[in-house]
Amino acid sequence: MVLKVISANEAVAEAVKLAKPNVIPVYPITPQTTISEHLAKFVADGDIDAEYIKVESEHSAISASVGASSAGVRVFTATSSQGLALMHEILFVAAGLRTPIVLADANRALSAPLSIWNDQQDSIAQRDAGWLQVYVENGQEALDSILLGYKVSENSDVLLPSMVCLDGFILTHTVDPVDVPSQGDVDKFLPPYKPVNFLDPENPASIGSFTDPEYYMEARYAMQEAMEKSKKVIAEANKEFAELFGREYGFVEKYKCEDADTILVAMGSICSTIKEVVDDLRETGEKVGLLRVRVFRPFPEEEIYDALKGASKVGVIDKNISFGVGGVLYNNIKAKMCDIDSYGFILGLGGRDITPSTIKEVVEKTKNPTKDVQWIGLKEEEL
Amino acid sequence: MVSIGAAVKEPGSTVKNKTGSWRTFKPILDKEKCIKCENCILFCPEGCINKEYDIDYDFCKGCGICAEECPVKAIKMERE
Amino acid sequence: MIEVRFHGRGGQGAVTAAEILAKAAFEDGKHCQAFPFFGVERRGAPVMAFTRIDNQPIRGRYQVYEPNYVVVLDDGLLEVVDVFSGIQDGGKIIINTTNDLKIEEGVKVQKIDATGISLDVLGVPIVNTVMLGAFAGVTGEVSLESLVKVIKETFKGSVGEKNAKAAEIAYKKVKEE
Repeated sequence: MVLKVISANEAVAEAVKLAKPNVIPVYPITPQTTISEHLAKFVADGDIDAEYIKVESEHSAISASVGASSAGVRVFTATSSQGLALMHEILFVAAGLRTPIVLADANRALSAPLSIWNDQQDSIAQRDAGWLQVYVENGQEALDSILLGYKVSENSDVLLPSMVCLDGFILTHTVDPVDVPSQGDVDKFLPPYKPVNFLDPENPASIGSFTDPEYYMEARYAMQEAMEKSKKVIAEANKEFAELFGREYGFVEKYKCEDADTILVAMGSICSTIKEVVDDLRETGEKVGLLRVRVFRPFPEEEIYDALKGASKVGVIDKNISFGVGGVLYNNIKAKMCDIDSYGFILGLGGRDITPSTIKEVVEKTKNPTKDVQWIGLKEEEL
Repeated sequence: MVSIGAAVKEPGSTVKNKTGSWRTFKPILDKEKCIKCENCILFCPEGCINKEYDIDYDFCKGCGICAEECPVKAIKMERE
Repeated sequence: MIEVRFHGRGGQGAVTAAEILAKAAFEDGKHCQAFPFFGVERRGAPVMAFTRIDNQPIRGRYQVYEPNYVVVLDDGLLEVVDVFSGIQDGGKIIINTTNDLKIEEGVKVQKIDATGISLDVLGVPIVNTVMLGAFAGVTGEVSLESLVKVIKETFKGSVGEKNAKAAEIAYKKVKEE
């Protein structure tokens, strides 16, 4: 094992290099920019044998990705925030055309007000596009999830694109030790891409054609079926990955949930801080646990229910807000498991720092609930 | 700043944020040498030099473009 | 756990300094983490960066509020930022300055003319590697050998050699004082 002290953005670029994509259409945007910079350098230095397309916008980046993927090659792109929002139209096309693109999203708040800092509103807002979504906790998981993303997306039972979501700045610009696997091991896990469904001159076909009401619903149903089938494919990929690389990922991660009275549910880098708080509170005798949701689409309702069913109170943390209803993770959990006594918390929007005391406040308010959804860390004087 | 639309309701309030302390080097203009060509005024990216060729050190960041563009070398950059 | 907060301005290399310190600590066999907090993205604007060093893996993903050490790359920041904020009892602060400064009680301050050293050795007022040399000398939290190794890996060729030299000069200077 060779540990390198690198940022999560560098870890993503290393993973892309190891995955050997053929086409990389990418447009830089803070805090994703260093991913595109590292990839440009890899391509220029001959470390990646790929076409690096300098597109004029994110709409073009994802459009070029769909075109290249439809031609039957492995494709990578990356973006953030406004860039992902600009991709919105084509994200649905990518999923509908069943192109197994992998996209890294450096999670950043959406304007307005304009912000470059972290929350998860950008990718959460794209949850219905038909993409698999994974929220990673650290740089290592960012690297590993890119490789897992190709493995799952390219499976003929799935053929849906994957979005790997990593918290802007908190992960993208944080350096810590990351194990960069060898090319030989990655080649064993991720062999060259064999396209199933592509524009092949030997077998001519049209894709993306106009579809009248006679056919549209079946195409959409097939996507929902693929999303369901992806669960088995993800589980198998995780198992194979663990055997080869010694790191095991699930749909969720249960941290001291077994005997917990109070469980917090969250996604992304905040979970590292929560684990620290869980350990602190456990030392004072409080039975607190964390359920980290790693795979958000497909939504792992069975795994989540299984982890939460023993708890007396559950607090669900969202770094996003669906105005008029509350956090999206909370609402998904509430809708799927109404017998779980759960409460929603909105925090960390636009880069507001989340400290152990913020988390302790969430634990307290989960134990003594007063409202369905609460915002934590608001400055009263600014309201 | 108010919370509705995060609107800034005080025009020109950017000048409250003085940026003169960013300098490592300070431009000093020798008005004897100056031929009043206006190059420094036009090239200053911060609009810190007025028509009387006074440099506003509250906002000058010390980039040195004025000294670079001066055709008669009337501006010297000195360590703060 | 050792927590370090860097104060600088965009372009002075505070973020790179935090990363080099983390990597040097890793070379010394420690666990590490470094990350920036940018204000606005422009040259000259105030920037903070943080480094955590520990004997066990580091989990916390929040800013450093109670640092053991503070490194200030530009004394002009003292007018606009409370660089002493939250510093621990017995903490140390290293400031790039040639001026007399108002110092809070209970805090050990090491002044160094890092701009002078960087202008002499590098020819540009980029002081991050000088300040790291001073940090290693004052705190002993990281070895000079590891620091020089990582500086040379970060900046290739003669730029790396010069930066390593600048760090060594600062290290020796604070050791002599």
